[in-house]
Amino acid sequence: MAQTIEIPKKDNDIQNTLPKVSPTEGGLEKAATVSGSVAVLEAFLAEGVDIIFGYPGGAIMPIYDALYDYQEKLKHILVRHEQGGIHAAQGYARTSGKTGVVFATSGPGATNLVTGLADAMIDSTPLVCITGQVFAHLLGTDAFQETDVINITTPVTKWNYQVTDATEIPSVLAKAFYIAGSGRPGPVLIDITKNAQLQKFEFEGYKKCDHIRSYRPRPIVREEYVQQAAKLINEAEKPFIIFGQGVILGKAEKELKKFIEKSGIPAAWTILGLSALPTDHPQNVGMLGMHGNYGPNVLTNDCDVLIAVGMRFDDRVTGRLDKYAKQAKIIHLDIDPSEIDKNVKATVPVWGDCKETLPLLTELIEHKVYPRWLQNFKDHQVKEEEACIYDELNPTADQMTMGEVINILNQLTGGNAVIVTDVGQHQMVTCRYAKFNQSKSNVTSGGLGTMGFALPAAIGAKFGAPDRTVVAIIGDGGIQMTIQELGTIMQSEVNIKILIMNNQFLGMVRQWQQLFHDKRYSFVDIASPDYVMVAKGYGIAGQSISDRNDLKSALSAMLDHDSAYLLEVMVGKENNVFPMVPQGCSVAEIRLK
Amino acid sequence: MSLQKNDQLQFSASAAESVGSGSEEFTVTVYTENQIGLLNRIAIIFSRRKINIESLNTSPSEVEGIHRFTIVINETEEVVRKLCRQIEKQVEVLKAYFNTADEIIWQELALYKVPTDEIAEKVKVERLLRKYGARAVVIRKDYTIFEATGQREETDKLVKVLEPYGLIEFVRSARVAIIKASHGFHAKLKEFEKTAPGEEVIENEYLNKQAEVFSM
Repeated sequence: MAQTIEIPKKDNDIQNTLPKVSPTEGGLEKAATVSGSVAVLEAFLAEGVDIIFGYPGGAIMPIYDALYDYQEKLKHILVRHEQGGIHAAQGYARTSGKTGVVFATSGPGATNLVTGLADAMIDSTPLVCITGQVFAHLLGTDAFQETDVINITTPVTKWNYQVTDATEIPSVLAKAFYIAGSGRPGPVLIDITKNAQLQKFEFEGYKKCDHIRSYRPRPIVREEYVQQAAKLINEAEKPFIIFGQGVILGKAEKELKKFIEKSGIPAAWTILGLSALPTDHPQNVGMLGMHGNYGPNVLTNDCDVLIAVGMRFDDRVTGRLDKYAKQAKIIHLDIDPSEIDKNVKATVPVWGDCKETLPLLTELIEHKVYPRWLQNFKDHQVKEEEACIYDELNPTADQMTMGEVINILNQLTGGNAVIVTDVGQHQMVTCRYAKFNQSKSNVTSGGLGTMGFALPAAIGAKFGAPDRTVVAIIGDGGIQMTIQELGTIMQSEVNIKILIMNNQFLGMVRQWQQLFHDKRYSFVDIASPDYVMVAKGYGIAGQSISDRNDLKSALSAMLDHDSAYLLEVMVGKENNVFPMVPQGCSVAEIRLK
Repeated sequence: MSLQKNDQLQFSASAAESVGSGSEEFTVTVYTENQIGLLNRIAIIFSRRKINIESLNTSPSEVEGIHRFTIVINETEEVVRKLCRQIEKQVEVLKAYFNTADEIIWQELALYKVPTDEIAEKVKVERLLRKYGARAVVIRKDYTIFEATGQREETDKLVKVLEPYGLIEFVRSARVAIIKASHGFHAKLKEFEKTAPGEEVIENEYLNKQAEVFSM
């Protein structure tokens, strides 16, 4: 929010007397008198931050003033809306594995972060958000652009804290980065009053935090539980591995692969676990959940031991809980003790970091193969291919399907691109059909289901993985929620590929209205602007296609373009995503049609 | 302490199902840092799940600088256990325990304001007060304030008794409770302060309950 407030004369004087730190000096290594604002930026440098997504405003102006002298070391991306800023930071965190950093001003700047905080909270994304706040003496007076950001954000942050005195800044920021990135990661918000940003103090240097007595991010692994888990696995006849984002957050992809390969057990993923194991791995049997694959859903209720790794049994994965895997013994590996038994009761809980627990487990299990059990998955796969996959990928109708678009995209990228998706039908189709060779390649809003996530998240994803191709796949609803970030793409020259799947409907809601509300299409008919012309207005090249014959060349043109590109693909208006576990049904009751 | 019997209850899919069925009174004791905003962080764990807090008290604990919350709710053991894990997940919470009434000693404090002339005239009142263990805190010409500590039924009874004599004001504090089996928090805090706390601090309910856990 660009509105500024009058800085009292006194503070102007303070600001003018602040020592200007030359960016070439390599940061402050010795004690110096600095402002709170400089201390914030010094903390960022010490934490290895190289990029900030933000938007200035009155209450955060002292920090932006200090940033003016740090531009060489700290890249700042000016977004078009604070929600765009925080989603970009999420995208950055997801592809880089580092903590994303956001700046926003007080009041509306801070409240605009709330959706992104909630998204990062439920998807365990490490973020440190700095919000400006009115002067401490104005707190609680309904001052201009004052909002109670600490209380508003309490339920959607892992930790938050208000700084009113600059001397607290180094230790509070050290705590913020430690909390955001350790244990089960999450968003942290630090609200800094303007007086604290301006206040000068003796900066003694920055000390990273590695221990907080009331916070224990690394559980002690109890080996007897690992032993018990190994015993169950070794005795199992039809074991089944399901894994989630915990594997990626724990950087335990190799450990998971070794475990899967030694155990010989088929493995399926949640949508946030996607890309932790290459899609074409012979034991990768597909996706779990509401629009997941047929075999993994049906056979969840047939396996004898279910091994859940770094996942939290979300309702979209489990379907009806009292009919979920009742026959199976459940081994649950999770770093967060509150997830154990939260939704599904564990037979053996293996509480710990999966990077630590998976190798212990792999050590104790026997090398095995389950040819008949794997064949069972393959048989289900054949049924699914006959019932829905074949038609989705090889449609006979004139109108294109989202599946065939993804299929051609796979051929062109070879599965090496970072794919960012929004929320809805295109998200489910992409997760079902996109090919991934490496981890941290799938960026999507899983838990919160935030439409408007993809465009800004793709911007951040590109900065997090600058050498990789980043494709943002977005529906015609979601793109219109954060379309203003085309401005960020233009100004910061972000080379991302925007692929709009336009079915001229809010497709997922329409699908539900068709299936469960007698085709009463209530407010799902959404009009679109001429996206190519909109992109052109931002200096972004693009085209729109509706003919299948143009698909491959259009996708190639998009990928080969040397800067940002927008491709709109008109797809069938009333196509549905199948298979589907209808709400309130068990995973075994998954519908193929 | 917080180690519970490992029942075979499955978490019911809907929170509504568990309300009323098998719920009982639990006293939750939470050891925390003294931090602004933490009360809100803890309170919203209950309100988000539409669980009513019957009583909430915050006070210092036996350890300097460590605060102690005492929270009373009516819920099933299953729900209370999950609530405690959510509470412990908060960065500034050290530990959350939950106990049934028979595992704790608890008290509440009540104050009663009555007109002094009534009290002075009617000897019966004095006898009743003695019976209920109340004592006078302030005696003025116009009113007298009595104090009683005890459990809910006792302090409630005294209200009924004083009403006919023109009870002007009544107020009762939140519950404070001591856990019978607790050895206090000093030793635990020392463990917490270590960079790598010992196993005794990680009071996962499963720990040292192997046989029960694995018998499922």
